[in-house]
Amino acid sequence: MEIVLALGIGVLATAGVYLMLRPRTFQVIIGLTLTTYAVNLFLVSTGRVKLGVPPLVEGAVVDVAAHADPVPQALVLTSIVISFSMTALFLVILLAARGLTGTDHVDGEEGDK
Amino acid sequence: MTGFANHVIILPIVLPVVAGAIMLLLDERRRELKNRISITAALGIAVSAIWLLIQVENPNTPEAFVYKLADWAAPFGIVLVADRLSALMVLVTAIVGAVALIYSISRWAVLGPRFHSLLLLLLMGLSGAFLTGDLFNLYVFFEVLLAASYGLLLHSSGKRRVKAGLHYVAVNLAGSFFFLVGVGLIYALTGTLNMADLVERMAALPADQVPLLKAGAAVLGVAFLVKSGAWPLNFWLPTTYSAAAAPVAAIFSVMTKVGVYIILRLSSLLSATEGNFELFGASWLLFGGIGTILFATFGVLSTRHVPRIAGYATIISSGTILAIIGSGSEAVISSALYYLVGSTLGLAALFLLADQITRRERLEAAGQDVGPIFHDDYDTALLSEFEGVELGEDIPRGTALLASSFFLVTVLLVGLPPLSGFMAKFGILSSLLKAWVAPDGGPLAGTQTAAWLLVGLIVFSGFTMLLALVRSGIDTFWTNHEQAATMALRPAEATAVLMLVLLAIGLALFAGPALNYTDAASAYLADPDTYVRAVLGGVELVPGDVAQVPDALGGDAGELP
Repeated sequence: MEIVLALGIGVLATAGVYLMLRPRTFQVIIGLTLTTYAVNLFLVSTGRVKLGVPPLVEGAVVDVAAHADPVPQALVLTSIVISFSMTALFLVILLAARGLTGTDHVDGEEGDK
Repeated sequence: MTGFANHVIILPIVLPVVAGAIMLLLDERRRELKNRISITAALGIAVSAIWLLIQVENPNTPEAFVYKLADWAAPFGIVLVADRLSALMVLVTAIVGAVALIYSISRWAVLGPRFHSLLLLLLMGLSGAFLTGDLFNLYVFFEVLLAASYGLLLHSSGKRRVKAGLHYVAVNLAGSFFFLVGVGLIYALTGTLNMADLVERMAALPADQVPLLKAGAAVLGVAFLVKSGAWPLNFWLPTTYSAAAAPVAAIFSVMTKVGVYIILRLSSLLSATEGNFELFGASWLLFGGIGTILFATFGVLSTRHVPRIAGYATIISSGTILAIIGSGSEAVISSALYYLVGSTLGLAALFLLADQITRRERLEAAGQDVGPIFHDDYDTALLSEFEGVELGEDIPRGTALLASSFFLVTVLLVGLPPLSGFMAKFGILSSLLKAWVAPDGGPLAGTQTAAWLLVGLIVFSGFTMLLALVRSGIDTFWTNHEQAATMALRPAEATAVLMLVLLAIGLALFAGPALNYTDAASAYLADPDTYVRAVLGGVELVPGDVAQVPDALGGDAGELP
């Protein structure tokens, strides 16, 4: 389980960083999105990997081992909302840049080939 | 401080968000009302900040006021902390915010939709980031201020702004990833996000987990260094800041200080954890700061475009403070804080003046300008309504006012007597040398060579700034008669610039009280126990109630006053 999660985060982050460094704005936005996934998965994993356990404590019985940590879940929820809206905003700027500069290069002009 | 007065801490966050929300309900045509409400809100923040400042200075009241949101005790709930450092930063933010709003009355506010809302939200994010005592809450406030800054950067649109905005947003999104990864690692290892609680738990961390926590702290630090414009993470900054609308660029000069503030705050807190984290990353900050100053020094000389010079000056300002934090010397922090206030006011004024200086070339290029990006509820007829109409009378001898303000700002930023820049730099240099040549203290971080390099660079960067600013001053006001003769400040713009200049002069006149305050602030930062005790003081844990809280919190937490 842990190794699958770690590999997943690694692959997403690698692909994301590679795409972020590409010269086309569309590649950059996909790269940012993939990196967001990697970061969000990483945040979930900071609460330790547990399957099929509730995050909320019921009643007075406290057995921490039988519960998932709720804080990372709250964090990741916040982070998903924020990064989603930021991506949407970036999309608007991307389209505006495409319209104003007539190219989808991140610098607004084609570099030397 | 009990009862209603206790809630003053949250006013710098609540006021702008409420005012910003009201702005959305008002039609863009009601500019008068919008200006009034937004400036009142900004001044309201300033008044609350001054009140907090007086309270923390009062010897009869605690040095740090803690506000528990929804009355959840720290570390379970989120706390806001007002102490000497955060109150001062909120005050600077409010002043620059108010000035930017006043400046924008005459022209900039009309050039795009929702200017006031965005600026107020930026103020909210800034105040929140300065006041919060929780790492994840800090992330949220960072995102609030960044989201607002994206919108503000694109204000009044144009090809240059959109191109700069694309880079700015991408860089800051990547910076936010570093932030999240750092926060995640720290939480995974310590189980807390509260900064004060973190200090307690870091001390109790098993030795084998320390390297990972250091990695987390370093990743987090990278996010703040991106924000503060440290070399080599700052290539976006001059382009972005010089592309932004003038009042926006003025308030952006405070934004770099958020990164600097957090680094200062965290290094102060880390110094409390003995051994492992003492002077953590100090040499990185020192040499990073030196590199930053060096980069910006050459940058200042490389351009004759005043907004770009202002952008590089912003980098010099944060680089200087970062290097000083890295030097690890308490005594220098006091002068650095004084320098921070003066240079932020000076930079804001320089951005506003740069707008006046470059107005002509922008008007000539206006043919290439395009309409706003957001067309939905923005009435383009509004623009033509104001075209060619001067809002208010021109002040006679506007050029004289501009030139003398430019002169004073140059003196302030370069660090010449008699303004505060000189006293700040003098204090920095003398206490740096004292700290480094002291027989017992020795070099705190880095070597003697680094010390002399930093001292030399601070002086040299001032000299290059003088060169660059005098050169553009001569270009603008002396040799270019035609341009100088047609310069005209509108009343609102003149008020805004004058406010900043007068405040800078006031900072020099009242240097005694100001330096006493920063002395007390640096002494307070050197002893972070006060902060930790103030935040965690009220915690009373019922054993077994919350079992996942390790003993690191300490049984004595409940006994503290």
